[in-house]
Amino acid sequence: MKIVVCIKQVPETDKRLRVATDGRWIDEAELSFAINESDEVALEQGLQLAEKHGGEVVVVSLGPERVRESLRKALAMGAARAIHLRHEAFAGGDAIATGRALAAAIRREGCDIVLTGSQSDDNGFGATGTLIAAELGWPHAWLVMGIEVEEGARTFKVTREMESGLSEVFRLTLPAVLEVQAGLNHPRYASLKGIMSAKKKEISEPTPADLGLADGQVGQAGSRLEVLSVAFPESSAGAQIFEGDGAAAQLIAKLKNEARVIS
Amino acid sequence: MTSIVAVLQHREGKLHRMSLEAIAAAQQLAALSGGKASAILLGSGISEVAALVAASDLAGVRVVDHPLLADYTPGGYVAALAGLFASGAPDIVLFPHTYQTVEYLPRLAFAIGGGIVPEALSFEMDGSEIVWKRPILEGKMHARVRAKGSGPILASLQSGAFSAEGRKPGQTAIENVSVDLATAATWREILGVEQMGGDTVDLTKADIIVAVGRGVGGADKLGPIEELARALKAEVGASRPVIDSGWLPRDRQIGSSGQTVSPKLYLALGISGAIQHLVGMKGSTCIVAVNKDAGAPIFKIANYGIVGDLHEVVPAMLAALAAS
Repeated sequence: MKIVVCIKQVPETDKRLRVATDGRWIDEAELSFAINESDEVALEQGLQLAEKHGGEVVVVSLGPERVRESLRKALAMGAARAIHLRHEAFAGGDAIATGRALAAAIRREGCDIVLTGSQSDDNGFGATGTLIAAELGWPHAWLVMGIEVEEGARTFKVTREMESGLSEVFRLTLPAVLEVQAGLNHPRYASLKGIMSAKKKEISEPTPADLGLADGQVGQAGSRLEVLSVAFPESSAGAQIFEGDGAAAQLIAKLKNEARVIS
Repeated sequence: MTSIVAVLQHREGKLHRMSLEAIAAAQQLAALSGGKASAILLGSGISEVAALVAASDLAGVRVVDHPLLADYTPGGYVAALAGLFASGAPDIVLFPHTYQTVEYLPRLAFAIGGGIVPEALSFEMDGSEIVWKRPILEGKMHARVRAKGSGPILASLQSGAFSAEGRKPGQTAIENVSVDLATAATWREILGVEQMGGDTVDLTKADIIVAVGRGVGGADKLGPIEELARALKAEVGASRPVIDSGWLPRDRQIGSSGQTVSPKLYLALGISGAIQHLVGMKGSTCIVAVNKDAGAPIFKIANYGIVGDLHEVVPAMLAALAAS
């Protein structure tokens, strides 16, 4: 079973965010980056499937130079090889352009299953994995909560989350794209041995031309969505904030005497 | 004239709450852009749902009634809508931003050469162009975006972004349209629907809920939270990461994939306020937020807040309750 896992590197947003000078994204200068949560869960799922059913995991990511660090981490966790779409023409794409580029890399690599997260924590399109499936003409499922390989390893029993605490169970035939939800598993830590062996593993860097794509089909040029500006939400009335040592006592007094929701 | 179509969601004979919001949004966008709004329903044996939709001020309601559409599948829905649009695609297609929509919308966009605006919060006209606002970075910021290139724009509308009460009633004719689905692949064989975890705790009946988020840090740190819940005669709830980490059972989950609650008092402790959580609790009468991050979206909808570490604030609240 050959598995491709698509991961995205996203900014960690626990620090104070600032709008970049061009107004179209956040200033990334002082931020740290990590593998998107549900993508890391997809990677763990891929590694478990390969361990149980044989095969290998190839990890693919689109993004600038910094993404190499996340690919090294994925290799240290157990992926066999990595593909890094770092050519500048790939940059700034929407889900359509990014899905097209990733699908072209996957088509060239060939595999039985594509695993990825359901949604990124930065742009949050929730569409890229589905567009990979559309490009490849494969079945897909979004918000996957359970994957069970059936006998013969050509079909999967998939549990997918619906609204209101319901989940749907269905059978998918490979090849397929599965977009997983965080919570499906707990990703492993890389072992020291894994970290050492990752240094020798291959990270290839195909250009759009290598994938049979024109520069205009990928990245910003190939996108259908253009970001005009980003901003913090206008503050509404907002919360009455209490500060300092007496904050908790002030809050309790307000809940009793002003809001009258506790007695 | 701009043609705007709302593709609506329903289940077991009931129209999804967000379908009414999508109708209202389609009507507003039609008024703003000088266009006309209509609606589409897919399913099997759905005349009652169609009648509900037709009681709106729309230019038309089209129904594709086919056995293949009895259960939602991405393949069936994409084939039906692409087939319907083959004779002329609308300029704008609006959807409720639900787990169902998000799964198939990108595939439909691919099939009909459309652009995608996921999770729109609002729209405005800039000349003849529509500028959309959508959340980024888990709701911490907003982006203003526009679709470029030719072809339809497919936009999904965030839950609650448009009010269902804003829907203009009317009387619209229902048109049954047949689409050839003989060669459509559903891409999946449905085996069943399950209740996740089983709802043994009914949080909807609680007057007070003490809810914890990722900020609590671990199952071993829940002691003071449970003590606070006892002191307030409250139920304990949680946001998704807490459940996913196994710190509390799934029947304590509040949000789009858990329970929807509207207690008198909702204490959100260490919850940043991702939209998936907010839709499950924003109807609460009084919301209190405690979070280390002053920029957390939860403070935008809270009535009262403390910026601080919940592990310090909760014991202080217990002390204040004991003293009063």
